[in-house]
Amino acid sequence: MSDPTDYDEGYDDLLDAIDDSEGYYLSCPSGHGSLPPRRVCPVCGDPQLRETPIPDVGRVVTYTVVHVPTPQFDGAAPYVTAIAEFGDVRLTGLVAADPDAVSVGADVSVGVETFDSERRIVFETL
Amino acid sequence: MQTPRVAGVGLTRFGVHPERTGRDLFAEAALAAIDDAGVDRSSIEALHYGNFMGEFAENQGHQGPLMAEAVGLSDRPATRHESACASSGVALREAVRAIRCGEADVVLVGGAERMNNLGTAGATEALAIAADDLFEVRAGVTFPGAYALMARAYFDAYGGRREDLAHIAVKNHDHALENEYAQFQRAISVETALEAPMIAEPLGIYDSCPITDGASALVLVSDDYAVRNDVDASVAVTGSAQGGDTLALQDRREIARTPATERAADAAYGDAGIEADDVDFAEVHDCFTIAEVLAIEALGFYEVGEGIAAARRGETDRNGERPINLSGGLKAKGHPVGATGTSQVVEVTRLLRGDHPNSDSVSDATTGVAHNAGGTVASVTVHVLEHTRRGEVGE
Repeated sequence: MSDPTDYDEGYDDLLDAIDDSEGYYLSCPSGHGSLPPRRVCPVCGDPQLRETPIPDVGRVVTYTVVHVPTPQFDGAAPYVTAIAEFGDVRLTGLVAADPDAVSVGADVSVGVETFDSERRIVFETL
Repeated sequence: MQTPRVAGVGLTRFGVHPERTGRDLFAEAALAAIDDAGVDRSSIEALHYGNFMGEFAENQGHQGPLMAEAVGLSDRPATRHESACASSGVALREAVRAIRCGEADVVLVGGAERMNNLGTAGATEALAIAADDLFEVRAGVTFPGAYALMARAYFDAYGGRREDLAHIAVKNHDHALENEYAQFQRAISVETALEAPMIAEPLGIYDSCPITDGASALVLVSDDYAVRNDVDASVAVTGSAQGGDTLALQDRREIARTPATERAADAAYGDAGIEADDVDFAEVHDCFTIAEVLAIEALGFYEVGEGIAAARRGETDRNGERPINLSGGLKAKGHPVGATGTSQVVEVTRLLRGDHPNSDSVSDATTGVAHNAGGTVASVTVHVLEHTRRGEVGE
């Protein structure tokens, strides 16, 4: 945590953990999964949130191939962004694969990569 | 409780006006609405105004007073409402509440957005902040990208093809042909739509609304005020509701549905004392073609999974049983984000009053709905408008 003005507590802690292959999500007693920073479950408001390991393998729920990007992704398009389900939680990430290699239902793992000086959640197809 | 009535409506031409300031756009629409209403400008008690990307486009926050000043009402309370693309729908709700509770008799409500001066990349960046910055935008989600994720999820869950979406674009372009305020007054074909470049697969250029500069405004008056001052205001806002959902798509149980609209529609219909079947036509938030599908299902016009075929079957066009987006919708009329919610109500009002170029398609209609969504429908307003004579409603 070098520069506190450029660090989002909770979120960046999660990225550190994913980068160390120790990613977690927050689980409430009713089994709702969410991502930090959270003080209460976004679904039921329960304050008892427990850090739970993110499963190693996720499944692509939906994806898109972005051709018209924001300036941060200038030069990277076309690129693939997907939502993948890891047990009780879903993550959104860039997919490090050719668009033709991505499909709904495909298995992916999650990691972190730096692109345009920003750390980002990245999926790899398995 | 007082029933709010639409005394006057105003629009700028929607289109590419990168050189025009937000304050000038809004002044044009608002002054037209005041003129149409025929009310004394000094009787306006407050302004509720919608705008989304003013900080990006004009380095301008705190726009409420600026816009009141632009129409010569600099000493009135004026509030800017920001709820992404639902900004002026939310502003309208506040105006409706002010009149219903008796706090005000005459309220100006509207919105404006200047976008084209940002260019495509800049406007794409500004629109993206309607999504979750940490968990969506940093993962490459753009605004079209988010709806593309919903479209792919819909196709996967319920079926449907890009061709079905193309029929929606063709219909909405057709509806805009005679609308003098529309950005695109030209017909397109299914083939043109399917062959156009992709923006975010499976959505192409013709699945997407354009980048638009423009403004819209309404003058709302109470029943009592209309009677006392002999104001011609035959269209009343009889239902008003707002719905909410998680900001990020990943946190929703079903990505191919919009439950915030379902909740807002139920509440607005209940408010108005109507059922979905009573709605004769609707202006819905078709920022992308798939969004029209999600809207007509969540508004109760179609079962989930059935809305995708409505345009292809001709059920939602000008000759269909329940026309959708007779203005041309966001797709062809244009989408100046903060102006869209109230512009839909302007269109519904004109269609009901009979002074819209497409009024003949709904000449027997009494009930229209306006559906305005923000982000991926994390914010949404639904308003029911009914054509009535004074005294028929709310007494």
